[in-house]
Formats: sequence, structure tokens, C-alpha cells
Amino acid sequence: MTATHRPLVEVKDLHVRFRGERNVHAVNGVDFALDRGEVLGILGESGSGKSVTLKALLRLLPEKRTVISGQIRVGNEDVLALEPEALADFRGKTASMIFQEPMLALDPVYTIGWQIAEAVERHEKCGRDAARQRALEMLERVRIPSPARRLDAYPHEMSGGMRQRAMIALALACKPQVLLADEPTTALDATVQIQILLLLRELQRELGMAAIFVTHDIGVAVEVSDRIAVMYAGRIVETGKVADIVRRPSHPYTRGLLASTVHGAMRGKRLDAIPGAPPSLNEAPSGCSFAPRCKEVLPECSQSLPQAVTVSPAHLSRCVRSTPVTA
Amino acid sequence: MSAELLAPLPDVGGPAQPLLEIRNLTKHFPIKGGMLNRTVARVNAVDGVTFDVAKGETLGIVGESGCGKSTTARLLIRLIEPDQGEVRFDGQTVGTDISVAELRRGVQMVFQDSFASLNPRLTIEDSIAFGPRVRGVANTDAVNKAHDLLRRVGMAPEQYARRYPHELSGGQRQRVNIARALALAPRLLILDEPVSALDKSVEAQVLNLLVDLKASLGLTYIFVSHDLNVVQYISDRVLVMYLGRVAEIGPVESIYTDARHPYTRALLSAMPSMDPDRRTQEAPIAGDPPNPINPPSGCLFHTRCPFAEAVCKTTAPALAPVGESHNAACHMEIAGSGHSRAARA
Repeated sequence: MTATHRPLVEVKDLHVRFRGERNVHAVNGVDFALDRGEVLGILGESGSGKSVTLKALLRLLPEKRTVISGQIRVGNEDVLALEPEALADFRGKTASMIFQEPMLALDPVYTIGWQIAEAVERHEKCGRDAARQRALEMLERVRIPSPARRLDAYPHEMSGGMRQRAMIALALACKPQVLLADEPTTALDATVQIQILLLLRELQRELGMAAIFVTHDIGVAVEVSDRIAVMYAGRIVETGKVADIVRRPSHPYTRGLLASTVHGAMRGKRLDAIPGAPPSLNEAPSGCSFAPRCKEVLPECSQSLPQAVTVSPAHLSRCVRSTPVTA
Repeated sequence: MSAELLAPLPDVGGPAQPLLEIRNLTKHFPIKGGMLNRTVARVNAVDGVTFDVAKGETLGIVGESGCGKSTTARLLIRLIEPDQGEVRFDGQTVGTDISVAELRRGVQMVFQDSFASLNPRLTIEDSIAFGPRVRGVANTDAVNKAHDLLRRVGMAPEQYARRYPHELSGGQRQRVNIARALALAPRLLILDEPVSALDKSVEAQVLNLLVDLKASLGLTYIFVSHDLNVVQYISDRVLVMYLGRVAEIGPVESIYTDARHPYTRALLSAMPSMDPDRRTQEAPIAGDPPNPINPPSGCLFHTRCPFAEAVCKTTAPALAPVGESHNAACHMEIAGSGHSRAARA
């Protein structure tokens, strides 16, 4: 990355803490950048902070109970400093989001066409008819059969795959610069999941849009991403190009995750499972959070947070054992 | 009485006798509606399903949501009463030769939702000891057995026995559910998506545990899952369901390398590739699975099948042999069916 180059999305030292009966340090210092037209996959298990990071980018976390620090810049906007009106302009226009469960994300009492047209009217300041026309185009674009009829359908009248297509149409209606996708295919059946992944990949290329895909499924991340960031206990432990992460994983957690992901070739062999369970995050972690489960743990692991080490070009790992590439 | 209940059941029919024989199992759920609350439609959740489970094997049941795989599991253990069909456990017909209570002594189940399937007001020791107590095992024996089982599933009883379900992680709760299912020393475990709610690193731990328990206790498994990777890893034979019927059944290698039903092939090629240089380029089939309330005529898959012909729309194909103990329900595999790709009769 040259000095003149300015990425589309920049997140620096993001911390998210939830207050309440107990404190949860959900995100503990996340840095990443995303270029125009690039797809980043954030891979992690439940509680790793991947969804929280994504929601922080749209400021969707409940303000009263959340303490956010750090920097989030998308395009020219300093997201954490946006006033309510500017935030409403930002959501859906600059960045928009699709969720795991379209039945919960879409409004059950309005038709699909109405919901898409509403967003278009709000952002493009156009009339109802033009907005409705755009909604129709979007339904065609996500390949919903008989789109003109589907404009007047309510979410409950559609199947799971169709609802997910409708939500994609809604999210892309105002041509955002970055699409945030939170486990968009997890609730879908296998034969439908692959259709939606291919559709998202195609639309992302056509529109030249950047995207961040949050998933727990390595297969899904490999299908859609250019780069992958692996999260554990609220930190990115490794990031690199898809091929580097899948073929030459450096961090012990990434290696453990790949080794414990079942596939056919492992038949009859014992799975190399990671022992134990992720930490609770009631306290802000001081050292490497993976140390208690790590097979290669060293005394210094629990003393301080390991620095990100460049193990090969554009491939970073936060592990004390990682050896930097000799430039 | 007490010791007997905790000992494994005797093998009645010998090794050649299938442990479970399912014949023409059928369940149609009525949908009520209208002013008089009459039955307006039916969901054919399970429609004439027939298969055997041999002693000591793991049968994987796969399919998409709504295909009837979980309903089949529940019918086997009579959590749902079937409309039709016969279940024989080690040669004994359920309902005539043995009672449902006797069946459940030999067949136990583990569910997907580890939290919902444990009583939140019972300690895990009490949950595991509950079944044996109800059946008349003395309290101390039941508790000792519970501790023994906790040890077997890798949880130290000194540390965990008095805890409540909410004090455990998802993986630990699933271990408790497995321990509870083993409390009456069953011969067959029905595992309904047992690892689907778990994270990958924990999933591997539980799969290892299941493999170990099967070997040490001589168990037989029915493993229901939508995850084709997990099913391939754990199963000896695989049954593929589509809209309540068996599409294909056979040994795991045949199903994964030589699938004959177009649906099985589509399901397999819909698995995301793990290779960034060989990403999926084209979806194997279009559209969503049809609504099971008004299923298509003939072969249920004809609405999405790239090879569908006239005969597929009118006639439902029967399961036909396509290889060594490998059967598929497709007109292309039935000689003389009238499909252009089938052999002439």
C-alpha cells in the first residue's frame, strides 16, 4: 500500500465494550482497511466479535450500553462522529447491510416493493413512481421470478431464499460503496446457499462494490473473499489473501480451526480438535487470548499482546512464534 | 432390578439381524383452517420411508430443511405417532412384540438444541440420573452411574455434577445430553443435528467423543444432519431424503463418489469448495425446495431436475438398485421406465 493510496474503509484500534450487569469486552483492538471493489471475509466462531465489528461500522449497536473507541472511516465519513441525520444519510447510501435472518430484518407489515422504494425515495430524493421503478429493477437484478408481482408481496409470502434475495435488493437499491454481510447464507439450505453466494459475488463485481462478509464457515469465506481476517476473542489474529490463509496458515488458532473443520478426506482419522473453549471476555485480555488453548504456548504469550508480524507479503499473524519475512 | 437396568440389553437376533427395520413409515400432518377448522391441506412430512440399520453401523440421514429427516428420527422413537408403517427393533415389532417403553430402553436420542433439551431446574447429575430413577434404579446407583457417564464424556463429576445447564458452554451441554442418552445403556443412539449448533473447534471435540463412545460401548448410530462434510466423516451408509421420501441410499463412498440421483449430485456440488482457485462457478440447481404442503406430482424432484421428462411428472419412481447395496429413486436408473436416459426394458 503506497502513501498516496487511501483505502475506502479504514478501522483503527476499534474497541467495543458492552456495559450492564457484567462487562463484555467484545472487540479489543481491531485494525483493518478495505479497498474499493475488494471483498474481505471476517472468519470467527461465536463470540469472537466479528458481528459486533460489522455492526459498529453502521453504528447499529445500542448506544446506551455500548462504549466504542477507536476510529472508523468509510469513504469521507468519520462514522463514530456522525450526527443522527448524517448517520441516516450514511446508512443505506454509503454502506448498507444484509443480515442472517431476512424474516427478522424485513418489516412484516409492508410489501417488499414498498420497503425498497422507501429507501430509494429517502436517499435519492426522487418520486414514488421512480422509486418503485428502481425497486422493480432491483428485483429483476437479484433474479426473483415474476418480479412485477413480487413487488406487492409481503415477506411471509416468500420462501427463505427469495426473502434473502429481496433483502439483497433492498441493501443494494441505493448503490452503496460497501456492503456489509452478516452471515447472509447461514440460515439457508445448501442448494440455496450456493445460489445466493454466486449472486452476491456477481453483483459485487458488476457494481464494483467493496464488501465485508462475516461468517463462521470457512467454505463460504473461501467462495466469496479476496482476503480473510480471522478473529478470536475480539481481535484479528491473522489476515491475508485467501490462498495464504487456507494453504499457509501461520497463527496456531487458524491452523487449529482448519484442522478441526471436517471434510471428506478425514474419514477414519481422529480430528485434531482445539481443546477447551473460547474465553469469557469479562475482563479485557492482556496477553494473547488463545494462549490457554494453544499447543505451542510460551511463557511470554500471556504477558503482553503479540505484535502483528508480516509472515509473507500482505499476510499478518499475531503470534510470538511467527517469524517475519526477510524483506 | 436396579443393576439389570443399567446393564446393556442383550443381542436378540444375532449379528445378521438388522438392529432397526423401518417399513413404509408415513406421517402426514393435517393443516386445519377455515371456519369449521377442517383439514384444508396436508404436509407429507414422511411418505413411505423404508430402510434398515445394521448392528454397529452409523447411518447418516441428510437433506435440506423440510425434507422430513428430523420427523423420521422422531417417528422412530415414537415422539410422534406414525400414520402408517412398522418399526422393528432387533426383529421385534414395536407395538406388538415390544412396547414403546421397551423400545426407548434400547433407543435414545440427542437433539440439536442442547439447552432446550435439558431441564433448567435440574443439576446435570439429576438430569442424567432421571431416566434410571424413573425406571426404578436406587438413588445412589443412579447417581454413581451419572458420575461414571460424566467421566466417560470427558467432564469431571467433582467439578460439574452439581452445576445447572446455564452454567455450561454449548459443547459441555451437548456432552451432558449424550451422557443422559447413554444412562439406560441403549444400543442405538439417534443423533439429530448434534453438532450443528456448535462452533467448529468444539464440533470436532464432540465428533471425536461420539466416535470413541461408539467403539467402546458397541453402539449403533443414526446421524441426522444437513452438513454433508460431517455426514461423510462419521457415516458408514448415507440416506438422502427429499420432501419426505428416500431419494438415494447407499454406502458412504458410493454416495459421495458415484451418486446416481440428480438431487444427491446437486446437493454434493452445492458444497462450498475449500480451494480459492476452484471456486464454484455455477449453482447446480436453481430455485428453492418446493413447499411440502402441495408437493409436485410424480417424482418430487422433477420441478428442479435438469433431466426431467414426461414420465417424471406423472409417475413416482421406486427405489431401484444401482450398485452394491446402493439404491436410488430415479427414472433414469429404472430400465423401461420410459425416460430417454434409462435402459430399455
